[in-house]
Amino acid sequence: MTQIAQVQGVLDASGERARSLQTIYVYEAPVRLWHWVNALAITALCVTGYFIGSPLPSLPGEASQHFLMGYIRFTHFAAGQTLIVFFLLRLYWAFVGNKFSRQLSYLPVWNKTWLWGIFYEFKWYMFLVKDPKKYIGHNPLAHVAMFSFMLFLLFMMASGMALYSEGLGIDSWQHRLFGFMFTLFPNSQDLHTWHHLGMWAIVVFVIVHVYAAVREDILSRQSMISSMVSGERLFRDDLPD
Amino acid sequence: MSADLETFYEVIRRQGITRRSFTKFCSLTAASLGLGAGAATEMAQALETKPRVPVIWMHGLECTCCSESFIRSAHPLVKDVILSMISLDYDDTIMAAAGHQAEAILQETREKYKGKYILAVEGNPPLNEGGMFCIDGGRPFVEKLKEMAEDAFAVIAWGACASWGCVQAAKPNPTQATPIDKVIKNKPIIKVPGCPPIAEVMTGVVTYVTTFGKLPELDRQGRPKMFYSQRIHDKCYRRPHFDAGQFVEEWDDEGAKKGHCLYKMGCKGPTTYNACSTVRWNGGVSFPIQSGHGCIGCSEEGFWDKGSFYDRLTGINVFGIEANADKVGATVAGVVAAGVAAHAAVTAVKRIVKKPENVG
Ligand code: HEM
Ligand code: HEM
Ligand code: SF4
Repeated sequence: MTQIAQVQGVLDASGERARSLQTIYVYEAPVRLWHWVNALAITALCVTGYFIGSPLPSLPGEASQHFLMGYIRFTHFAAGQTLIVFFLLRLYWAFVGNKFSRQLSYLPVWNKTWLWGIFYEFKWYMFLVKDPKKYIGHNPLAHVAMFSFMLFLLFMMASGMALYSEGLGIDSWQHRLFGFMFTLFPNSQDLHTWHHLGMWAIVVFVIVHVYAAVREDILSRQSMISSMVSGERLFRDDLPD
Repeated sequence: MSADLETFYEVIRRQGITRRSFTKFCSLTAASLGLGAGAATEMAQALETKPRVPVIWMHGLECTCCSESFIRSAHPLVKDVILSMISLDYDDTIMAAAGHQAEAILQETREKYKGKYILAVEGNPPLNEGGMFCIDGGRPFVEKLKEMAEDAFAVIAWGACASWGCVQAAKPNPTQATPIDKVIKNKPIIKVPGCPPIAEVMTGVVTYVTTFGKLPELDRQGRPKMFYSQRIHDKCYRRPHFDAGQFVEEWDDEGAKKGHCLYKMGCKGPTTYNACSTVRWNGGVSFPIQSGHGCIGCSEEGFWDKGSFYDRLTGINVFGIEANADKVGATVAGVVAAGVAAHAAVTAVKRIVKKPENVG
């Protein structure tokens, strides 16, 4: 038997003892896996999507020598369908996972404390209050941002699949499932335009999201980026709330 | 007016068309409709035995480009055959009768062929001011349209006008020109969009309905699947250049001479459902892309209101300035990035000025 259980605290060479802080397991493995696959897929989708909209300079020679647009589009469609598969898995996990895995799928608008929290967090970002509150899951403002992002993602997936079904043909199951998008947007050109604008909305989200994640990781009273890696949320002080 | 029981075959024989030409017509049409091997015989039989279905062709707000296209149908025989189906009944633009005599034909057809005739509409009715922007036979066209649709078997909406509204319905649409399906709600409507539609597509649709006595299979937008289920882009002969990444970058560059893809010149082939890249125009001679110009999407909904003909995506009007999706998106992203940078700067300054005391 090791002696580790008998040692009180941990001592390093200079005799310093580590402080023990509260950690809580928040993001289960499927959630973390989904997050990073999602981040990769979306990055790939934005890059390839941009080049579908504004293709690279023309290639010289014969058409039979190249397949550049083909590869770019293939990557886009592959990443898009990966995104969808993982989204479905994530959706499943929202039912069977812990309560933090469900945060993305609804807004608790009936909860007064939560509503108050949105404004409190907003004031924190506006430098109006000195310290943020502590949250195990997303803070209320982040919660709103994540939820709206999910709506954007749903639109991108539905519009993407509808555009994809145009190439597969109107008797494909993809068209049967997502063809309703062409009832909403009778001219496919409009759907292309909205799908394209959606990319910019997602770019905006990612800029703010990554900035907020890094900033919170440094300034807030809890861990952020490492939580999305290990799943554990570390609280840096023992002060109330 | 033809007798009740006269068949289509009898009519064309009377006009001096040989049986040989008639069977040729049947096979040609069956093939162009994408029907199976037995269809030509089936079609011949139907045309020989079933009483002729009368077609009434009306004109609302339009430019007659649909009629112009129609009478230039590639195969002269097709034109003759189809015209004999129609002009005998009513088409105020090309029929011999005029005035009260012509109007009488409408009433006669309505009574005699109640629920059996096809109403083909070119153009659309303007609804503003009680419909007085299009007066036909002394009264608003919309009244005439509703009246004739009442007893029709089905309605064919010719062209972009009847299907979507076209230029007369473009913003701000002062006359409130309205596509047929927004006015006639209780009849099956076949949309045959295009400005104009391809002649062979038009004759194909008329022939299908008149011979088989039923509507062709329609897609979600009400267009016949046989002609509108694929985009120009899907069958475009320049598609290999698209997949390779070889584009025309300017109108007079090397790529333009070599016939590269017109995507960057705003070709709307990827969003346009029509048969141009397969059937082509003027008897299969050419079509816009083959002539070196991108598709302008004339068979798509609201094609006049979607920004430039040389921009693949819809123009976005921000504060009265024309822009496109990338300009709008990149501007917003730029502003947000600048905001984030400013926020980070303020955060850093605050941190330096005042060390928070309770961060562990
Ligand atoms: C395309 C890029 C990205 C997208 C679309 C994205 C999306 C998301 C979403 C939807 C969540 C909520 C997860 C859940 O509750 O299940 C989340 C959480 C999180 N993401 Fe990202 N993410 C992206 C990139 C990044 C990057 C690059 C970082 C690190 C710098 C990051 C750090 C985090 C962190 C720390 C959380 C947890 C936030 C919290 O605890 O409130 N993300 N992200
Ligand atoms: C974050 C998600 C996504 C982003 C940012 C994105 C971005 C884009 C962009 C910018 C375009 C070019 C639009 C244009 O200018 O015409 C595009 C096209 C397209 N996207 Fe996406 N997309 C996303 C998700 C998806 C998904 C999930 C699918 C489904 C498989 C998909 C399928 C397509 C298709 C089929 C096209 C049209 C390609 C073509 O016309 O050649 N996209 N996407
Ligand atoms: S020319 Fe137009 S329709 Fe043809 S491949 Fe290029 S984009 Fe598609």
